[in-house]
Amino acid sequence: MNQRNTVRKGLGHWVLYFTLVILILAAWESADMAGMLHAYTLPPLKTIVATAVEYAQKGALLNNIIVSLIRVLEGFAIALVAGFVLGVLVSVFPRFETFTDLLIQIIRPIPPIAWIPLAILWFGIGQSSKVFIIFLGAFFPIFVNTVDGIKNIDKRYYELVEVYEVPKLEMIRKITIPGALPSITTGIRLGLGNAWVCVVAAEMIGATSGVGFMLADGRSLSRPDVVILGMLIVGIFGKLMDDVLKIIRERIITWN
Amino acid sequence: MSNNLVEIRNLTKTFTAQETTVTALEEINLDIEEGSFVSIIGGSGCGKSTMLRIIGGLETEYQGDVRFDGKPIVGPSREKGFIFQDHRLLPWLSVKENIRFSLPQELKKDDDLIQHNLELVGLRGFEQALPKQLSGGMAQRVAIARALANKPQILLLDEPFGALDAITKVHLQEQMLRIWKQEKITMVIVTHDIDEAVYLGQKVVVMTPRPGRIKRIQTIDLGTPRRRTGSVFTRVRDEIYREFFEETPVPFVPSI
Repeated sequence: MNQRNTVRKGLGHWVLYFTLVILILAAWESADMAGMLHAYTLPPLKTIVATAVEYAQKGALLNNIIVSLIRVLEGFAIALVAGFVLGVLVSVFPRFETFTDLLIQIIRPIPPIAWIPLAILWFGIGQSSKVFIIFLGAFFPIFVNTVDGIKNIDKRYYELVEVYEVPKLEMIRKITIPGALPSITTGIRLGLGNAWVCVVAAEMIGATSGVGFMLADGRSLSRPDVVILGMLIVGIFGKLMDDVLKIIRERIITWN
Repeated sequence: MSNNLVEIRNLTKTFTAQETTVTALEEINLDIEEGSFVSIIGGSGCGKSTMLRIIGGLETEYQGDVRFDGKPIVGPSREKGFIFQDHRLLPWLSVKENIRFSLPQELKKDDDLIQHNLELVGLRGFEQALPKQLSGGMAQRVAIARALANKPQILLLDEPFGALDAITKVHLQEQMLRIWKQEKITMVIVTHDIDEAVYLGQKVVVMTPRPGRIKRIQTIDLGTPRRRTGSVFTRVRDEIYREFFEETPVPFVPSI
C-alpha cells in the first residue's frame, strides 16, 4: 500500500539535497580566509560556532530554545483546536458563517505583529502576550484551510448522505473531516510556520528570554554572531517541526 | 392488475438556466411493476437520468404525480437504492467500512450482513481493501453491495456500467440478473446501450430528447436463461435500433 514511501532515496538524492547549503557555507568560509569579512557585519562561520558553544555552556542557548518552543507549542495548540473547531462549525452551519464572517475577515488581514503593542498592554511582557500573538498567527491558516477543504469536498458524496439517511454527526466524522484532511494538514503546516514567525517577532519587541530575545539582545550588543545564531535556530527548528508534520500527514492520509 | 411499485402520471420537469427554460421531461406516464426489471434507454439529453433521480427522490421539483409504493416521493431513502454512474465509494474508508457507513444505526455492527452482500457480488476477501486498490468493475460491485445491504425495495441504476470495459460490463450484467432473480428486488436501469437495455429489461422504455418523452414501451420475453444471440433478442434490438435511426438506408458502397 505504501510502496512509494518505502522506496529508499538513493545517495544521489542526499548529495543533491545538501549541496547548495554546503556550497554557501564553503563560500562563507572562503570569504573569511580571503579576509573579506568584518566581525561587525558578517562574522566568520567559526565565530558563530564558538558563540553557539559559549551560549550552550552558559545554559542560555538551551534555555532560550525551550522558552520559545513552549510558547510556540502553547499558541499553536490553542490555534489548532480553535481553527479546526470553528472551521468545521462555519462550514456545517451556514448561519454561523454569516454571523462570524465579517469579524473574521476584518481581523484576518491585520498582521499579528500589529497586535504586539495591545498584547503587551493587556497581558504584560510575560508568557500570555506571546502565546496570544502566536495564536493569532497560527489560527488563520488553520481556520481558512479547514473551511476551504470542507467546501471543496466533492458534492456528490452528500447525495450518499441523503440516500442512506446518514445522521449529521456521522456525516461530519466520515465525510467532512476526512475529505478536508489534506487541506487541513496544509493549514496546520502553514500555521506552525507562522507560529515561529510570530514568536520571534513578539520576543524581539518585549521579552526577557527566548530566541527572539536573543536576537534583539544581539542587536543591542552589536553582536551579529548572536543574531545569526538566533536566526539559524529558528530556521532549523522550523524545518524540523515541519518535517514531523509531514511524516504525521503521510501516516494519516493513506488513501490518495 | 398487478402491483405497481412506481406510478408516474403526467410528469413534467423543466430546468431554468439564465432565463432560458429547457423541458427535460414532458408528460411522462409510466408504471413499474413490483419485481420487474425495466430498462430506460435514450440518447443524451432525453431526461432519462432526471427521471431516475426523480424516482430516487434526488430531484423533488417537478410537475405531475410520482408515487412509490402508493405514496408521493418526498426525498431519497434506503428503500430506494441508487447506483450512480461513478461508484461513489468514500476513498478513505475500506470496502467494509464503506458498506457499514451506509447501514442504519441498528445494523452498523452486523458484520455478517456486510459479508453476505460482498459475497453476493463476488467480492469475498476484499473487505479491508481501499477503493483505490479496486478496479472500476470491482468498485461498482461494492457500490451495488452497499445498496443491497440496505434491503431496498427498488434498485435504481443510473448508467452503472457506462464507464467499464465491454467484458467487465457483460459480467456485471449477468451478476445483476442473478441478484435480481435471487433477491426479487425491482430494478430500473438507465442506459444508452441498446444491447444492455434489451438483455436486462423485461420492459424497455425508449425515450427521445427535446423535450424528453417516452416514444415507445416494448415488452420482451427472452426466456430463461436469457440469451444474447437468439432471434427474439436480435429482432427486438433491431426494432429499438430503428427507433433511433429511422429510415436511414444503409449506403451502398460499390467495390472497385
